[in-house]
Amino acid sequence: MKRILVSIKRVVDYNVRIRVKPDGTGVITDGVKMSVNPFDEIALEEALRIKEKGLAEEVVAVSIGPADCQQQLRTALAMGADRAVHVQSDASLEPGTAARLLLKVVEREQPMLAILGKQAIDDDCNQTGQMLAALWDRPQATFASKVEVAGDKALVTREVDAGLETLEVDLPAVITTDLRLNEPRYVKLPDIMKAKKKPLDTLDPAALGVAPSERLRAVKYEPTAQRSKGIMVKDAQELVAALRSKGLV
Amino acid sequence: MSKILIVAEHVNDKLNPSTAKCVSCATKISGAEIHIVVFAADAAALAAQAANIAGVAKVITVSHAAHQNALAALIAPQLVELAAGYSHVFGPSTTFGKDLMPRVAALLDAPQASDIMVVESASRFRRPIYAGNAIITVEVAEGTRLVATVRTASFEAAGPASSAAPIEAAHPAAAIPTHTRFVSVSAARSDRPDLQTAAKVVSGGRALGSADKFQILYSLADRMGAAVGASRAAVDAGYAANDMQVGQTGKIIAPELYMAFGISGAIQHLTGIKDARTIVAVNKDPEAPIFEVADFGLVGDLFQLVPEIEQLIASGS
Repeated sequence: MKRILVSIKRVVDYNVRIRVKPDGTGVITDGVKMSVNPFDEIALEEALRIKEKGLAEEVVAVSIGPADCQQQLRTALAMGADRAVHVQSDASLEPGTAARLLLKVVEREQPMLAILGKQAIDDDCNQTGQMLAALWDRPQATFASKVEVAGDKALVTREVDAGLETLEVDLPAVITTDLRLNEPRYVKLPDIMKAKKKPLDTLDPAALGVAPSERLRAVKYEPTAQRSKGIMVKDAQELVAALRSKGLV
Repeated sequence: MSKILIVAEHVNDKLNPSTAKCVSCATKISGAEIHIVVFAADAAALAAQAANIAGVAKVITVSHAAHQNALAALIAPQLVELAAGYSHVFGPSTTFGKDLMPRVAALLDAPQASDIMVVESASRFRRPIYAGNAIITVEVAEGTRLVATVRTASFEAAGPASSAAPIEAAHPAAAIPTHTRFVSVSAARSDRPDLQTAAKVVSGGRALGSADKFQILYSLADRMGAAVGASRAAVDAGYAANDMQVGQTGKIIAPELYMAFGISGAIQHLTGIKDARTIVAVNKDPEAPIFEVADFGLVGDLFQLVPEIEQLIASGS
C-alpha cells in the first residue's frame, strides 16, 4: 500500500508565554496548553493532500512520548489521518533517539514518504528528519515549500537562505516542512467524533529494540536576558538625530 | 585535546562569512586544533580563502563534480569518512548547515547541539530553545564526539591569518548517492547587502500592505546601504520573498542597526533580532510589543515617516 508516515510532536502551544522553572530544571508545562507542533500540522496537511490527489492510499500519524501524546494523535486522526501509532515513552528523548524509533516504525510501515516538521517549536533542534533520512539511507528534502509527487520520484522546492532550491528525490524519501508549504485545515466537530473510532496502536520502545539515550544532557534552563526598553521619540527628526549621534546613519 | 572539523559554506566561489564565524566559535574551545573542509566542484580557490582565516591549522579540500551544489545527502557520507579522529564537527546554523549536520551526526552516531551561542568548555554549550525565550546549557560526557551547528549571530567572524594554513586534498572513498538530484535554485538577485551579515537592516511587516508598498523600504535601505528584511506575516502575505524572513524560523541576525517598520513584534520575530545592537521601531500602535525591546520607538504612520526619515538622512540634517 502506498503509505505516508507523518510524525506528530506534542509541544507547548505556540501562543504560550514560556516560563522557566525557578530551580532551572525545565520550563513550566503544568496547566499549560499543549498542541501539535505547528510544523507537524503542516506535514500532516501535505500528506492528506497527496492522498486526496490519489497519489497515496493511507496516512499514518506517529508520535513518540508520554501517554498524553494520544491527545495530539487524536487531533491528527480528526484532521484526516487514517490511523495512528503511539510509541510510548516517559523518558526525555533527544532527536537521535526519536529518529531511531521512527526508523523502526518506518521499517514496519514501509512508507513511500515520511513527512516531518522541520523543527519542533520547543527544543528548536531541527534534526530528527535529517537523522531519520540518514539512518534509513534515503534522500532528504528539508524545509519544503512545495512538494510534487510523480511516480517513484518527488520534486521538492526548499526554502534556503539564498532563495528557493528545487531537488528531485527518489522515493521513498524524507521531507521536512517549512511554514509556507500549506495552510492546515481546521478540524470539524464530526471529525473529532469519528477520530475516536480510528485505530491507535501503542508500541513500546524496548519492544522495538531502542533504548532511549540522552547523550546531550540538559544541565540547566534559564530565562533569556530581556532587552531593556529604550526611549520613545516624538518625530522623525528626533529619531534621525539620535541615530546620527550614535554614528548609525 | 579537542580537534575540530568545520564544514565550509560557500556561494559563487566565495566563502560565506558563516565559516569564519564557526572558526571563531571553535577558537573558544581552549587548545583546539581547527581544520576546515571545503566540498566543491573545484575547491582550490575556496580553500585559499579558508586558509587565511585566523585560527585555522589546516584546510582539506574535496573537489568533485557532484559537490557543485552542496547537497546534504551527497556530502554527508564523505564528511563522515573525513570526520574520523575529530572530537567535534561544526557547521553553520544556516539552511546549509541545518540540512547537513544532523545527517552527519546520525551517520556518526553522535549527538548534535543545534545553534550553539556560548561555548563553556569542550563539552558544555549554551543554546536557545522555545524561540529564544529560554537558554539551555547542555553537556556531553567527556570524550563523546559532538556535532554542532553554530548560531552565527552569536560570534564575530574570525579575522585574517598572519600566514596561510596548509591545504591538503582529500579523496574520500565513500560512495556519493545518486538518489538526490539538484534541479534549480532561484535566488532573488539583489545588489543590496546580504541580510544575514548586513550592518544595517530595514525591515517591514504586514502593515506595509503590498509588495509595491515595500518599495519605500527598499528606497530607504538603498539610501542607508542597508539590507531589507521582513516579518513572517509580510512574507506569508506575499509582500516579500521567503529569504527575507527574520525570526525563529527565518534568519537570525545581529546587525548594528535594525529598523522595524509596521512590525508588531511577535516573540518569534523578536528572537531573530535580539542580538541587534540598536533596534528602532516605527508602528502606529503604541501598544505594539516591539516597543518593549526597541532602543528608539516612534509611534506614527510609516507611509509618512519612512520617506521623511529617508529625506532627513539624505539632507544630513
